[in-house]
Amino acid sequence: MTNVLELRGITKRFPGVLANDKIDITLREGKILALLGENGAGKSTLMNILYGLYKPDEGNIFIRGKEVDIHGPNDAIAQGIGMVHQHFMLVPVMTVTENVMLGIEPTKNGIFLDKEKVAKSIREISDQYGLEVDPHAYIKDLPVGIQQRVEIIKVLYRHADILILDEPTAVLTPQEVEGLFKIIATLIKAGKSIIFITHKLKEVLAVADDITVLRLGQVVGSIDPKKATSEILATMMVGRDVNLVVQKQPAKPGAPVLVVENLYVRDERQHMTVQGVSFDVRKGEVLGVAGVQGNGQTELVYALTGLLPLETGTIRLLNEPIRHTTPRNILERGVAHIPEDRQRHGLILSFPIHDNMVLCTYYKPPFAKGISMQEKPIFSNAEELVSQYDVRTPSIYVNAGNLSGGNQQKVIVAREFSRPIEVLIASQPTRGLDVGSIEYIHSQIIKKRDEGTGVLLVSSELDEILALSDRIAVMYKGQIMAIVDAKKATKEQLGLLMAGVHPSDTSNKN
Amino acid sequence: MSNTTAPAPDAGKKEKKRSALAQELLVPVLAVVTGLIVGAIVIAVSGENPFVAYGALFAGSFGTPADFIEGFQIYFSTGETRELVKAIYPFTESLVTATPYIFAGLSVALGFRCGLFNIGAEGQFFIGALTSAFVGYSLKGLPMIVHLPLAILGGALGGALWGTIPGYLKARFGAHEVVNTIMMNWIAFKLSDWLLNGPMKASGFRPVTPNIEPSAELPRFFADPLRFNLGFFIALLVAYLVYWFLFKTTLGFEIRSVGANPDAAKYAGMNIVRNFVLVMFLAGGLAGLAGASQVLGVDHWVGQGFSAGYGFDAIALALLGKSHPLGVVLSALLFGFLRSGATDMQSMARIPIDIISIIQGMVIIFIAAPDIIRWLYRVRAVKKEETVLTRGWGK
Ligand SMILES: Nc1ncnc2c1ncn2[C@@H]1O[C@H](COP(=O)(O)OP(=O)(O)OP(=O)(O)O)[C@@H](O)[C@H]1O
Ligand SMILES: [Mg+2]
Repeated sequence: MTNVLELRGITKRFPGVLANDKIDITLREGKILALLGENGAGKSTLMNILYGLYKPDEGNIFIRGKEVDIHGPNDAIAQGIGMVHQHFMLVPVMTVTENVMLGIEPTKNGIFLDKEKVAKSIREISDQYGLEVDPHAYIKDLPVGIQQRVEIIKVLYRHADILILDEPTAVLTPQEVEGLFKIIATLIKAGKSIIFITHKLKEVLAVADDITVLRLGQVVGSIDPKKATSEILATMMVGRDVNLVVQKQPAKPGAPVLVVENLYVRDERQHMTVQGVSFDVRKGEVLGVAGVQGNGQTELVYALTGLLPLETGTIRLLNEPIRHTTPRNILERGVAHIPEDRQRHGLILSFPIHDNMVLCTYYKPPFAKGISMQEKPIFSNAEELVSQYDVRTPSIYVNAGNLSGGNQQKVIVAREFSRPIEVLIASQPTRGLDVGSIEYIHSQIIKKRDEGTGVLLVSSELDEILALSDRIAVMYKGQIMAIVDAKKATKEQLGLLMAGVHPSDTSNKN
Repeated sequence: MSNTTAPAPDAGKKEKKRSALAQELLVPVLAVVTGLIVGAIVIAVSGENPFVAYGALFAGSFGTPADFIEGFQIYFSTGETRELVKAIYPFTESLVTATPYIFAGLSVALGFRCGLFNIGAEGQFFIGALTSAFVGYSLKGLPMIVHLPLAILGGALGGALWGTIPGYLKARFGAHEVVNTIMMNWIAFKLSDWLLNGPMKASGFRPVTPNIEPSAELPRFFADPLRFNLGFFIALLVAYLVYWFLFKTTLGFEIRSVGANPDAAKYAGMNIVRNFVLVMFLAGGLAGLAGASQVLGVDHWVGQGFSAGYGFDAIALALLGKSHPLGVVLSALLFGFLRSGATDMQSMARIPIDIISIIQGMVIIFIAAPDIIRWLYRVRAVKKEETVLTRGWGK
């Protein structure tokens, strides 16, 4: 069996960071290589080098045994390499066809774009690999899972036979993940080779043929998935034993701190996506909101945090109604919010870490005196949080946009946990984080709970919901199907509820 | 624990600042150089000698060493200042031209920082000039210590009002500021035509305002014909204040946040529309000051077609200065020297003044498309721009 791809001695330095340190990896023909590693271990950097987006400081790339020079994505594409980025690169206001042809537009008679030809190729690719998608749909109207298919089609349309998938499952629902795995299987059958990056160890064990683990920019080792377990992989990644099970005592719920009654909310496109939701969150408990993404959870959270107005219904925060209130007012009443979309709401990527750490408190002492911002406390606050939350960065003066995806998330979590809060609203708090960081953030959420914070946890990861929640609300089509006791809940029961089916044994509704 | 060569925090910061500054300056400086080279080629192609042309340009903007030496010699031997005045005249005139550029450039830059495109600096400039002139000629018998600040303030407020209107329309109705500031420009032009032919017209035939009172004039440092005045130093002070405001205050932090990521600003509890209004108020005020500095410091009256396009050049200038007050001051000086030298270039070397517009245009193109410069000079892209592609995941 041949090696389609070998990277030898790849080194890449950023100012103050050795992102890749003499990395060797090998991809076998027709196989799936899983690349694992902590946040900031250098996975995306390595893949960006392979795709020609970064120039390595040292090292060589061999394709089918022949050394190649890759100076840009065009070279990579010519070598049959295709990449689906952590962050999709699609133009939302264009159709699937237009996105796929972008950059290599075929023409009729030399001037007119030949969209039909492209649409036909898309249909052929769709059929061949089971990538169902409407070539004439607009990207902005497609769910994330389908957008990802478009990214894959884009890559296949350019005749790639080495596919790089950088954290493809982070934003997908469990159903979509299954769909993706089916697609991956057909791709492999068609002779493609795949590099797959993920933080979800179960997925790795399920699909990978080979596993290579990176830590601190170096290869820690490779392991045969048949011999690996989640625990072994976690230890290899983090360099210490990781507790994959959350340790917690039973909750001691107190008075309700957040009460929602018959809430209706319209999304930005004026669709009524939350339709009559009622629940309460008590002091010292975690209420999990489970559900397939896109069933109103996002808008529910936006309404609770003042980012969207409520249509009707009431929200009472610490016994006071919120209506026509500003996000500032809600923050000041003691609500912390870990937003679902970290790059849209959570961070200003072009600002340094220290400014992002005071994004919600910049106007308060000790960070400001009158209107004058105080650098010293702002810097020391950031230094403290960076070390406490183990944000991997050369300094607090680095722009948030230069951090790895997982470390960006840590900055948000650190900021939101660092002020006194009564209610924590956490949306997908560990999306894209490595196992070590998940362990830490989960333990911090439980610690907040035990200190008496009421926690609303929205997550599309059932494992996370089950691990942290005391009660679980399942959302489906803008409504709450049921609220169940977490101790009695099973995955099967939740799965049915999430699909809109009332199993007969969910009568323990409260 | 981490794979970083953790430097001492301050060292890291200083190092970052220094290299960031070098990186920031590299492209603009190369762009200017390239703009001058392209200008030289155009001059050569049109059959003139670029060296003669640029020699005249330089003499017109800085003066010539020979004149300086002669001026000083005569001054020291006879006490006669006429030659000396002639020698420093070009240099001071360049600073005089740069003064309104600084104010107007700051106006546009402040808007950019908040994500607003203030095309209305020209109109705000006009209104500021008219209001400061009005305060300057209509109030009589005031001591300078009262009258001059009032006239300056009048200019700032006039411009601020003109800027606030589109700011408010955007905040209240979401009307795009580009369209509205352009409209406000036209209203300002027509309004000034009417005012200069009617209510504000001085006695006589020409459509101009009366001269302002001497008590409202910005003091000049030398006798005529040197027009170099206090306005230049006020401009530098205001540039520093804008810097302080943007980077050291909570209000500036909000403005920059709204400009960089309005969704995150909203999430953080900032009031976006209030910032729009505030910024347009301040930007208008700065453009108004540009008008005031020209009236109170240089012309002492306002006539038709009063602005030389300062408000429009200011857009280019803010881009060149990367919307940073220091960058704006440097680009304003550049524009001031080019513009005032061009007059001499035209009279001495018979090169049309428009060549300066070509040079300015080229510079702007190179700034807007820095890849051309990087390719020409084989400069590697700045780290910051590389990152866009690595953004971790997220939607
Ligand atoms: N453009 C850049 N400038 C400076 N530093 C960078 C840049 N890109 C990445 N880094 C740094 O390089 C290191 C590796 O980052 P990389 O994005 O490759 O991590 P990763 O393994 O993909 O992590 P994650 O799982 O969080 O996505 C990090 O310390 C990051 O801060
Ligand atoms: Mg990554």
